[in-house]
Amino acid sequence: MNKDALMSFLSSLVVLAVGLLIGFVILLVSNASSAWEAFRTILTFGFRGIRNVGDVLLGATPIIMTGLSVAFAFKTGLFNIGATGQFAFGGLVAILVGHNFEGLPNGLRIILALLAATAAGAAWGAIPGLLKAFRNVHEVISCIMTNYIGMFLVTFLVDRYAFNPAIGRSQALPEGSNLPTLGFQYIFREEFLPGFYRSSQVNVGILIAIFTAILMYIILEKTTFGYELKACGFNKDAAKYAGINQNRSIVASMMIAGGLAGLGGALLYTSGTETMSAANVLLPYGFTGISVAFLGLSNPIGIIFSGTLVSYLFLGGARTQVLGFSIEVVEIVISVIIYFCAFVFLVKTFLGKHIGRLLRRGKSPEQDRADKGGESA
Amino acid sequence: MAVFYSIMHWTVYIMIPLIVVSLGGLFSEKSGVVNIALEGKMILGAFAGTMFMYHVQNVWELAMSPWLLLFLTLLIAMATGIIISLAHAYASINLRANQVISGIAINMFAAAFAIYTARAMTRAGSQHIHFSNVFRIDSVPGLGNIPFLGPMLFQNTYFTSLLGILILAASAFVLYKTKFGLRLRACGEHPQAADSVGVSVTKMRYAGVILSGALAGMGGILYIVPIASAFSGTVAGYGFLALAVLIFGAWKPQRILFAAFFFGLMLSVASQFSAIPFLRDLGIHANFFRMTPYVATLVVLAFTSKNTAAPKAVGQPYDKGGR
Repeated sequence: MNKDALMSFLSSLVVLAVGLLIGFVILLVSNASSAWEAFRTILTFGFRGIRNVGDVLLGATPIIMTGLSVAFAFKTGLFNIGATGQFAFGGLVAILVGHNFEGLPNGLRIILALLAATAAGAAWGAIPGLLKAFRNVHEVISCIMTNYIGMFLVTFLVDRYAFNPAIGRSQALPEGSNLPTLGFQYIFREEFLPGFYRSSQVNVGILIAIFTAILMYIILEKTTFGYELKACGFNKDAAKYAGINQNRSIVASMMIAGGLAGLGGALLYTSGTETMSAANVLLPYGFTGISVAFLGLSNPIGIIFSGTLVSYLFLGGARTQVLGFSIEVVEIVISVIIYFCAFVFLVKTFLGKHIGRLLRRGKSPEQDRADKGGESA
Repeated sequence: MAVFYSIMHWTVYIMIPLIVVSLGGLFSEKSGVVNIALEGKMILGAFAGTMFMYHVQNVWELAMSPWLLLFLTLLIAMATGIIISLAHAYASINLRANQVISGIAINMFAAAFAIYTARAMTRAGSQHIHFSNVFRIDSVPGLGNIPFLGPMLFQNTYFTSLLGILILAASAFVLYKTKFGLRLRACGEHPQAADSVGVSVTKMRYAGVILSGALAGMGGILYIVPIASAFSGTVAGYGFLALAVLIFGAWKPQRILFAAFFFGLMLSVASQFSAIPFLRDLGIHANFFRMTPYVATLVVLAFTSKNTAAPKAVGQPYDKGGR
């Protein structure tokens, strides 16, 4: 691990620790007697039993995808707050494909669902991209608008084409339209009675998410296309001067970001655990994706870890309801963490200086001088 | 005619908080700080204000005059907005952090905090904070009897509507006719130039963000009082709409008034389409009416954003050594 990556990792940990500390204070204030127990639950529940590990991975899948979506746009200088709408759109399309196309074999139908969802998310992400590139509309505002438009459109379509009045949500998908579990159910399970098992429903989705993250890393770091996108994010005037088509980059970046979120929606709604609400409510996954992206310092590989971590905290946080706490506690902790993420780069600089000094202290003055001389030269 | 009056009333109920909150955004952005946290500040202002009303009316059961109650409620909402805006100011001015991220964090925090604390503090343990609306003025003496204009503007109205208009006028005056306003705008356009003539960019930006916190916090109460009898932890995206109003209004007070009226009318019609015979008879799903304001915003922005009127230095942390 090189020094920069180490510092990034450490600064994320510092941010996380501060967020957790403040979260603990909030727990203390709201119910002092069971605060410690709740805090311990948040910190350890995800590792209590292999089934919970599976649930952490299951919960991580959609937010890794929305995290990647936000991070990819962010790397190219755009703030994709519209991941929620793109996610919902992708999820809806996956559900519609899952219910129809009975003629196709199961495997093909699932692949079609995932591809169609990605395309739908990309199309939804293209709207703010096009508006930004050609009409100079700030993407934050247009993303907020497309979130609301998407919400109304998606709930209308759920209501019209996939509604199950008994639960007020979308009809559950037929078994063959769900993602394969690849035998994970035999690994991530617990024996609650001798011979009887409860399994986590973790499935191939988490592998798709990890694979996508690696793919995004390669695109951003190892290809000319990714380099151009990042150049637009760093300094759009310099990028223009270098002959990079800025408008094309903006639209491409938003479409990829939208596609990632759309695929995330598909992975959630074809996991067999979730149906879509027909009420007009914005889904939380896009917003959680923002925290995941910043906690992972917008690095696709970092996002695999930050997404897993946030999922881990949410699972433990949901568990504190047993102790009488509400799930909002975890949301407060997460929001505090994001607040500190706003200056994670500051923490990184601070750590860099401080640790740099510590390292130098161990050396002889001559060596130190030589090092410094090397730096200035 | 009753439908028309009702639509006009709702237009006013909706546009007043939009005006006040987008003015909050205006002060912040004119000083050079992006304020995406308007939504969160509205939520916290509405939360603290309604919590105060709930306690006065239902817990302490004080016999307080509606005027005093409204005054104190607005004051508390403003104070709450200011407190949370300090967190945003500290991150974006002192620590020079990413202003958008800090804003997002405040929005998330506000929503979760309002629901969580409401559950802990109300007797029923629910996230709904109830209050009784004692503020409505059925008819303004004298003015309410004017034909047409009376029922349209001066019946079923609230003092807060007048307050919103006064704040608009005062803001325009402060921004464009006072030394403070000039300095504030300078910090958003060219902070180095302002600094070079002895204006403290830090202080001015703090002033901008604090004003935005006060106005957004107050906006939370202005939003909730006319249209509801309980606050449930959300202001339905009005903070974001206010941001759109600000952009659509090209960062100018007069145009903000028109932008807010446009939004108010759209949202009002969308919420009452079922009472309008010819719209109801179209047989269109309610969600399409609900999305119209947002679609209209996108279309309008597409035609008005080409030459942006945003302050030049907005979103950039002030760097003394920068050029």
